[in-house]
Amino acid sequence: MHDQFMVFPTPRNLNYWWTFGGILTFMLAIQIVTGIVLAMHYQPTVDGAFDSVEKIMRDVNWGWLLRYAHTVGASMFFVAVYIHIFRGLYYGSYKAPREVLWILGVIILFLMIATAFMGYSLVWGQMSFWAVTVITNLFSSLDAVIPGLGTTLVQWIWGGFAVGEPTLNRLFALHYLFPFVIAGVVILHIWALHIPGSNNPTGVEVKSAKDTIPFHPYYTIKDGYALVLFCILFGALLFYAPNFLGHPDNYIPANPLQTPPHIVPEWYFLPFYAILRAIPSKLFGVIALIASIGILVFVPWLDTSRIRSVSYRPIFKWFFWLFVICCIALGYLGSQAPDGWYLFFGRLCTAYYFGFFLLIMPIVGFIEGPKKLPGSITQSVLGSKAPPGGSQQHAGGAQ
Amino acid sequence: MNVVRTLAVALLAGLAIPATALGAEGTKIEAQDWSFAPPFGRFDKGQLQRGYKVYQYVCANCHSARLLSYRNLGEPGGPGFSHEAVEALASQAQITDGPDDTGQMYQRPGVPSDRFRSPYANDAAARAANNGALPPDLSVMAKARAGGPDYLYALLTGYGTAPSDMKMSQGMQYNTAFPGHQIAMPNPLVEGVVEYTDGTKPTPDNYAKDVSAFLMWAAEPKLEERYKVGARIMIFLLVFAVIMYLSKRAVWARLHRRDHSESA
Repeated sequence: MHDQFMVFPTPRNLNYWWTFGGILTFMLAIQIVTGIVLAMHYQPTVDGAFDSVEKIMRDVNWGWLLRYAHTVGASMFFVAVYIHIFRGLYYGSYKAPREVLWILGVIILFLMIATAFMGYSLVWGQMSFWAVTVITNLFSSLDAVIPGLGTTLVQWIWGGFAVGEPTLNRLFALHYLFPFVIAGVVILHIWALHIPGSNNPTGVEVKSAKDTIPFHPYYTIKDGYALVLFCILFGALLFYAPNFLGHPDNYIPANPLQTPPHIVPEWYFLPFYAILRAIPSKLFGVIALIASIGILVFVPWLDTSRIRSVSYRPIFKWFFWLFVICCIALGYLGSQAPDGWYLFFGRLCTAYYFGFFLLIMPIVGFIEGPKKLPGSITQSVLGSKAPPGGSQQHAGGAQ
Repeated sequence: MNVVRTLAVALLAGLAIPATALGAEGTKIEAQDWSFAPPFGRFDKGQLQRGYKVYQYVCANCHSARLLSYRNLGEPGGPGFSHEAVEALASQAQITDGPDDTGQMYQRPGVPSDRFRSPYANDAAARAANNGALPPDLSVMAKARAGGPDYLYALLTGYGTAPSDMKMSQGMQYNTAFPGHQIAMPNPLVEGVVEYTDGTKPTPDNYAKDVSAFLMWAAEPKLEERYKVGARIMIFLLVFAVIMYLSKRAVWARLHRRDHSESA
């Protein structure tokens, strides 16, 4: 413990984008603690689920705080994880020797998405119910591969011929299980981090002891400060606008006989929802949906550049920020009905999303002439007055 | 500065997207001045009491509010009826209870622990009595519609005559706030339908405002507690943030001093 968390040598130049790992650990703990208490009062039955959530809000001591902390907490968890992932993409934290670390992160993202989806279903409001119906029905697209396979699979998932009580029960059971699986993979993620050590904003590896500082007190205090700031945003939403990120339809009890006019997922799934709906074929839409996250696994090998940090990549930088804009645009498009220009831009952004990984990452890495990297982390912090920690690193075609 | 940017990005990523989902269906909902607006708002007890009266004499004839109990009317952060008043209000309702020793259901006056009495035995009875339309439960209505209490107020004051080019279905009313502008509920609020005893003018506008506020309380009975706890926690966090910032500066200053002494 002392070696790994107190004196662990950490690059001295980590900026505030590096604080989200600690924030995510905190959010996981918040979700597990509030979730366990909520589960003591929640009833996973078709007739009781919606009312039991309201009972928690009305009659359980501090129930409103637990429930809103859990729902707003889920949103804040995704805010943090998306920033964490974009930080990894920007600074090339996925590159060797950190591929295992990155892939474990993608697995955590998959588990988080599954957990959040199942948790949202438990409220058993209109959006919960219809989101479950739409998403579980995606498996029926497998009928296009082997007739009957998809239908059989969907009925197996439902535990019946429609979304109902058996479905709700298993969603609840798995929603309780998955966070502990996430916690397990988080431990592996931290383990995989502590073998190569942290990447840093220059992307230049640690070359001497002078490039590092002990994790404690420098990063405990920096992460702590960032966590408090993050909690201010969390608290502002939790106490003053707890339903701002939710959909009002989810305060209507689930009604299998009435489809809402627009079925939309929670905000953090909207980009993926836009990708799903951009593809005209159901089967290929589902494949694109899964591939949009799965493709992250291959990023360490799709990116051919020898330079980690986008700060030193003058061409790729533009493509990167366009990718960020594209993801936000997909989020907006996912909230709109998929027709007309919305569909057109949905398809355009989907094409760019995959093009970014499959074409831009490999090609730009070959043709780009990177900027000159600093000789060492210490030099990047202190300027030229510090002696270079090692040999000057030149990448191909330096300017 | 990085931190400010980080938070700004987080805020944008989180907030910008779903905000656009509001105000759909081409209707205009105007924001009202509510006493319970965040961050320091409180419910106006007089308004909630008037709102309950409108609810009781008008809405409750067709709508249920099955998640509320009469005891809620006397709880902190609500209309603030006295214990005696709550008992009196509860006892006005005839509640079906039972079965008794002979296996029969029976009627008795309500007590504070009873849920609000529903006007119909079930949804089918409600539809049969309302021309096929189901009056929705109002317990969380103020959270179940985009715009919340603003929408409720706009709906209740949005009745009018349909434009001449609009074809209305039979038994439907024109309403500017309702999606599609055709609503099955007839205009429930006419001047003087509920008697106000505190000097407030018994206008449809006041009825609409009071009952919308009441329904907001019904949907969020812990709203005041939430703001109060929130204020304390936010003040704590802001002070804590300053302390953490200064601590961070102090700790990192050691590093900067070390660098300075080495390079000198």
